[in-house]
Amino acid sequence: MTTRTGIIRATIFSAAIATLAAPAAAQTLLNVSYDPTRELYQEFNAAFVKYWKAKTGQTVTIRQSHGGSGAQARAVIDGLGADVVTLALAYDIDAIAQSGLTSTAWQKRFPQNSAPYTSTIVFLVRKGNPKGIKDWRDLSQPGLQIITPNPKTSGGARWNYLAAWGYALRQFGGDDKARQFVTDVYKKVPVLDSGARASTMTFTRRQMGDVLIAWENEAHLALQESPNQLEIVVPSISILAEPPVAVVDKVVDRNGTRAIAEAYLQYLYSPEGQEIAAKHHYRPRDQAVAAKFASSFAKLKLFTVDEVFGSWQNAQKTHFADGAMFDRLYKMAAR
Amino acid sequence: MSMQVRRRVLPGFGLTMGITLLYLSLIVLIPLATLPARTFTMSWQAFRDTVTDPRVVASYRLSLGASLAAAAVNAVFGGLVAWVLARYSFPGRRVVDALIDLPFALPTAVAGIVLTTLYAPSGWLGKPLAQYGVTVAFTPLGVTVALIFIGLPFVVRTLQPVIEDLDPEVEEAAASLGASRAGVLLRVVLPNLLPAWLTGFALAFARALGEYGSVVFISGNMPMRTEISPLLIVTKLEQYDYAGATAIAIVMLTLSFCLLLCINGLQTWARRRVAP
Repeated sequence: MTTRTGIIRATIFSAAIATLAAPAAAQTLLNVSYDPTRELYQEFNAAFVKYWKAKTGQTVTIRQSHGGSGAQARAVIDGLGADVVTLALAYDIDAIAQSGLTSTAWQKRFPQNSAPYTSTIVFLVRKGNPKGIKDWRDLSQPGLQIITPNPKTSGGARWNYLAAWGYALRQFGGDDKARQFVTDVYKKVPVLDSGARASTMTFTRRQMGDVLIAWENEAHLALQESPNQLEIVVPSISILAEPPVAVVDKVVDRNGTRAIAEAYLQYLYSPEGQEIAAKHHYRPRDQAVAAKFASSFAKLKLFTVDEVFGSWQNAQKTHFADGAMFDRLYKMAAR
Repeated sequence: MSMQVRRRVLPGFGLTMGITLLYLSLIVLIPLATLPARTFTMSWQAFRDTVTDPRVVASYRLSLGASLAAAAVNAVFGGLVAWVLARYSFPGRRVVDALIDLPFALPTAVAGIVLTTLYAPSGWLGKPLAQYGVTVAFTPLGVTVALIFIGLPFVVRTLQPVIEDLDPEVEEAAASLGASRAGVLLRVVLPNLLPAWLTGFALAFARALGEYGSVVFISGNMPMRTEISPLLIVTKLEQYDYAGATAIAIVMLTLSFCLLLCINGLQTWARRRVAP
């Protein structure tokens, strides 16, 4: 019926084939991830296979599956045999944990909140920055068109929304002011695409809008594609996006892949893993690697979801659940 | 023996009927039956609140309205296309004939992206239209355009064989008995085509109601204005609210079932008129 269920079905099917085809000696690992990490994990998997072979002599095959973060989490809950998940939001891995597939304390198992690399939310504007956008406050100028996806369907869009809210909270103080600012921003959004990539296309290909609120890594990719038309603007303050990783207990115990799954995620924190992340425009956690790539990541103040909103569960409940803040913004605007 | 078995002329009824029931159960009934099962996890109050939320109600209106409009447009123009393909021979007819099936085969997301690019305010068709004050992309009109695209083959493919089977001699006979051109069309051709026409309309409508892939790109997904019901279902799933998602699905299913039932009734009536 929908392309999304089609994708899920296809991934379940290919995963089923993957498990069938795996010979007993060679280990197979399935990494279920979200959309923009495709290229990152292609390179990282090759590096890990080499590292594991050198260390243990064992040949490991790593399969990857990509899709919207929420859809991927649902596929895992519904039985897609993911040994590890590397998703966009802690909220999605929380949902997997609540279904009993893994420990609810998953976020404590790996360093740095189980987020080996981070990203943030920046602006993409037309070449020459004709509207003079320097910071969040410039988004409230009259007549501006802003492109951002729908937070109800897109994980990336939720980061955008929370970044705007967090900025307003710090700048103006108080939830009322923050709500006013965020309402102002969303009033200027002509299209709420269903995913982050679709929004990027609306902005770059269809030439709609004056500013795109985007993941830093997406903004860099778009810039690489059309360097003569676009410019990245980094605001003074933004949110620290922490895409988390976790081992799926029930699956690794069934497949006997726990050791290798843990080593795989741990390797993301190694200097080599960190460099691959940095090359794909994710901010590395490792200080030495960060220093090496310092010129590719602009310095700005970053706040975390936990600092401003308590936790993802909380943020979801007060802002994105049905009837919560985001829905109310639109109902108020409609009046 | 008390049970009387009626003998049939054609053998194999028991076997084929058994397979039919099994097949239908596996493919249609069991998956559909899990829908209410999921919904029963929520209270009646919660169900009512979910399905009567103003935003959800706005989406029914858009989904049903746009689907009906698209099916109606397809009924008219798809009927015309089917007539041309069946009745006239012209160079390139086979190519045109093959083109009709493309919307079946094209992944709907691709269709959505292409249509959006065309009809966006900066697009090929969107720009000239914008000069006349018509915006297509990101409005209910855009949703209808996408649904017209995916629904076209249904009308053409159901009508075409019927038109091909229509014997031109019947029309000639009517004409020679003194019927005017319009009379032939209205009283001979149309009644014969009506049942198939309604089927095509119903298929195009049903297909449009469930469509998600192509519409989400062109609709713009603005709450209260251009959100289709399938999008709200996905929205609920994104929050792991399976019960809420199936609640909306059930309302959609009931609405479309009633509508399809009405269309079926019309069909039976139309068929009776042709062959009493």
